[in-house]
Amino acid sequence: MTRPLPALPLRFQRAAAAGLLAAVLAIPALSGLTATPVLAQETPVKGGVLNSIVQPEPPTLMLGLNQQGPTQTVAGKIYQSLLTYDQKLNPMPSLAKSWTVSPDGLTYTFKLFENVTWHDGKPFTAKDVVFSTNVFLKEVHPRARAVFSRCESITAPDDYTVVFTLKEAFPAFLQSFEVSSAPMVPAHIYEGTDFRANPANATPIGTGPFKLKEWVKGSHIQLVRNDSYFKPGLPYLDGITFRVIPDAASRSLALESGQVQQTQYSDLEPFEVPRMKTHPNLAFSTKGYEFVAPMSWLEINHRVKPLDDKRFRKAIAYAIDRKFIRDKIWFGLGRIPTGPINSVVKFYDPKVTIYEPNLDKAKALLDEMGLKPDAKGVRATVKIMPMPYGETWTRLGEYLKQALGKVGIAVTLESTDAAGWSQRVANWDYEITTNFLYQYGDPALGVARTYISDNIRKGVLFTNTMGYSNPKVDALFAAGAREVDPAKRQTLYSEVQQILSDDLPVVWLLEMEFPTFLDKRVKNANTTAIGVNDTYEDVWLAAK
Amino acid sequence: MLGFAQLFASRLVKALAILIAIVVMNFFLVHAAPGDPAMVMAGEAGAADEKFVAQLREQFGLNRPLYEQLATYVGKIAQGDLGFSYRQQRPVWSILAERLPATLILTLTAFALALAAGVALGTLAAITVGTWADSAITVVALLAYATPIYWIGLMMSLLFSIQLGWLPAFGYETIGAGYTGLAHAADVAQHLVLPVVTLALFYMAGYARLTRASMLEVRGQDFVKTAKAKGLTPTRVVTRHILRNAILPVITVAGIQAGQLVGGSILIETVFAWPGIGRLAFEAVLQRDYQVLLGIFLVTSVMVILFNILTDILYGLVDPRIQAAR
Repeated sequence: MTRPLPALPLRFQRAAAAGLLAAVLAIPALSGLTATPVLAQETPVKGGVLNSIVQPEPPTLMLGLNQQGPTQTVAGKIYQSLLTYDQKLNPMPSLAKSWTVSPDGLTYTFKLFENVTWHDGKPFTAKDVVFSTNVFLKEVHPRARAVFSRCESITAPDDYTVVFTLKEAFPAFLQSFEVSSAPMVPAHIYEGTDFRANPANATPIGTGPFKLKEWVKGSHIQLVRNDSYFKPGLPYLDGITFRVIPDAASRSLALESGQVQQTQYSDLEPFEVPRMKTHPNLAFSTKGYEFVAPMSWLEINHRVKPLDDKRFRKAIAYAIDRKFIRDKIWFGLGRIPTGPINSVVKFYDPKVTIYEPNLDKAKALLDEMGLKPDAKGVRATVKIMPMPYGETWTRLGEYLKQALGKVGIAVTLESTDAAGWSQRVANWDYEITTNFLYQYGDPALGVARTYISDNIRKGVLFTNTMGYSNPKVDALFAAGAREVDPAKRQTLYSEVQQILSDDLPVVWLLEMEFPTFLDKRVKNANTTAIGVNDTYEDVWLAAK
Repeated sequence: MLGFAQLFASRLVKALAILIAIVVMNFFLVHAAPGDPAMVMAGEAGAADEKFVAQLREQFGLNRPLYEQLATYVGKIAQGDLGFSYRQQRPVWSILAERLPATLILTLTAFALALAAGVALGTLAAITVGTWADSAITVVALLAYATPIYWIGLMMSLLFSIQLGWLPAFGYETIGAGYTGLAHAADVAQHLVLPVVTLALFYMAGYARLTRASMLEVRGQDFVKTAKAKGLTPTRVVTRHILRNAILPVITVAGIQAGQLVGGSILIETVFAWPGIGRLAFEAVLQRDYQVLLGIFLVTSVMVILFNILTDILYGLVDPRIQAAR
């Protein structure tokens, strides 16, 4: 399965030759060519409606205002950003047909496609890009705010050129134009309004290949093809329907019986996956999540003794068997992590301290700390609050209780719901919890935030809630974010990975993989680093 | 008849007082849960900055003192306004109104079916007490009552929609079919079968057991013997004398349950992806969508109160002695 070539190569290679990042940019063109196997002979047919699931039902489809997972999957068909990314995380054209980066890494110039229109017929121009990045997203979008506030200026020299000038070099900038990171929103609708209260939020206007036709709350969201999409002949599909199916068992039934042709992210519980994999009509893949590249870990509050002692955290790491967790709790979904960076993310380095299961080492470390077993064999008691994100996380909590019990760490499990969990973790009111964060393709975007001391901010989720602080780590992440030379960046990030794997601020559990199931009739889907969140402009349905 | 009007009026006044207490209590109850909608939305979106949460809290009015929020809310309720769901960016009333038809059609149909079938089966069991028919009905009722309702639902959908392919497994209507008029009604009816039967089975079991027990009790009383002695047909004895006297506890229970119908059924709506109020309430709890939750509580409370009054009136109609005793 591949994206059709016409959209890619010529303009794109010109851009690559012009840009300094030629080495990096050449890869997608190559992979676009090499990944053209058997299926390329099949001729796409027009028509048909793809049925999928949206779960949980999002509050809104206005992607600029809400970046919840399900919002992204649906709204990724309605809205677009300047770029998308191949599965090696190299940028590819979306609304921008080409781009260049100045040698000092300070100026990014994007050329836009010229015949793009919004769903209401108004032309999409550089003015919309400047408004989106400089005004709208900066006001309402947390991740985009962090990225675009690095800009000295954002200007539009003409209708189809946008120039971003950075205050200091930030090579991860090119990874920031994925559709949920920087969705383009129409200036003519939002300019000068109260963005969150704008009535247009109920009827999203994007540039994408699909438009919202109907959203019956609690039932389904129906998208239909955008006949004036800027790529002639696309999209192939007449529409996409996302059904709201709140019960996990019913979702499996829907997929199994062919009532939906696609499931993604956490639609299916991991224990359903082995059974679905044997279904003759379904294709299974864990690709398409390279951009989010989730990493899960045991989050440990360093403000609580003895959790502040890295020997204790190492004892935990030796006491648990992550292969067991992956195989028996996640039913084979995921990879065993080595350090803080997911192995599909740039600058990953496997040369770090590795923790294989070893109960003797764990006990020795606890002995060294002076934590001797009492009459009941208990050395220390900790509270673990598993994430309230479904059955699997609860099972993980139960496993941890058993595993840590074996080395004399008694575990009290605490239960909570999503709101309570958020409240307690953000306010550091926990001892150990499980957590997972997306890494967004670059350590500067998705990894550093968890470990740098600047990001210890009470009341805010997904920050350095552990309270870990190491000036060396801070300095390395800061230098890595600025360094333009990829080789030098690698050196910086390799060093930080070594330090973190020894300090062990958290115990990494799993590089999470999500299962995507597609009916074998669905062609060309799930080809990029954002997989099911991409536009589906060239997805088509083969005849039954 | 004056007595009746007086009774009705005094009940309404009491109901109003109860309602005010419910609104205030519910308000504090939902706010007592940890976390708030802004935090939930930040969690869902992976939003890691102060400004995002602060903006939402300000927009939702959560940054104001609790008593001020209560005053605003009660003020709105007094004007017949159920408030605004900031999460969904829509007035609560329009959200409820959108979900109510689906819920009512599900729960009312199930309720009617359960009541009719339950009373019929209970009566049948009572008049055939001790025979195989009675045992069969008792066993079925016990099973239906004791089996988790979501499990029955899943098994029915597995059998009738996946294996046999007779009925749709979930949803309210065929999406994108664009049916109108009769075709639409038939389409909805088809989707309605499985959830209604599942839900009705559970309630039916209760009514059947209740009717049977109550009838067995009444059957032994003197006036029944008299009725039989004066030569009435068995059918007339059962319907006019036994059932009419035995039905009161069933009406009591049915009255209470009818009040809860608008609350929907979380489990059935979840298993069959039915877009009703029950799921809305459940999701509102998890999302801390305070105003939606309070709105559902309020509407449900009003219905419970109304049905209680209705039940009282019905008592009088079925059994004139109750009216006289007042």
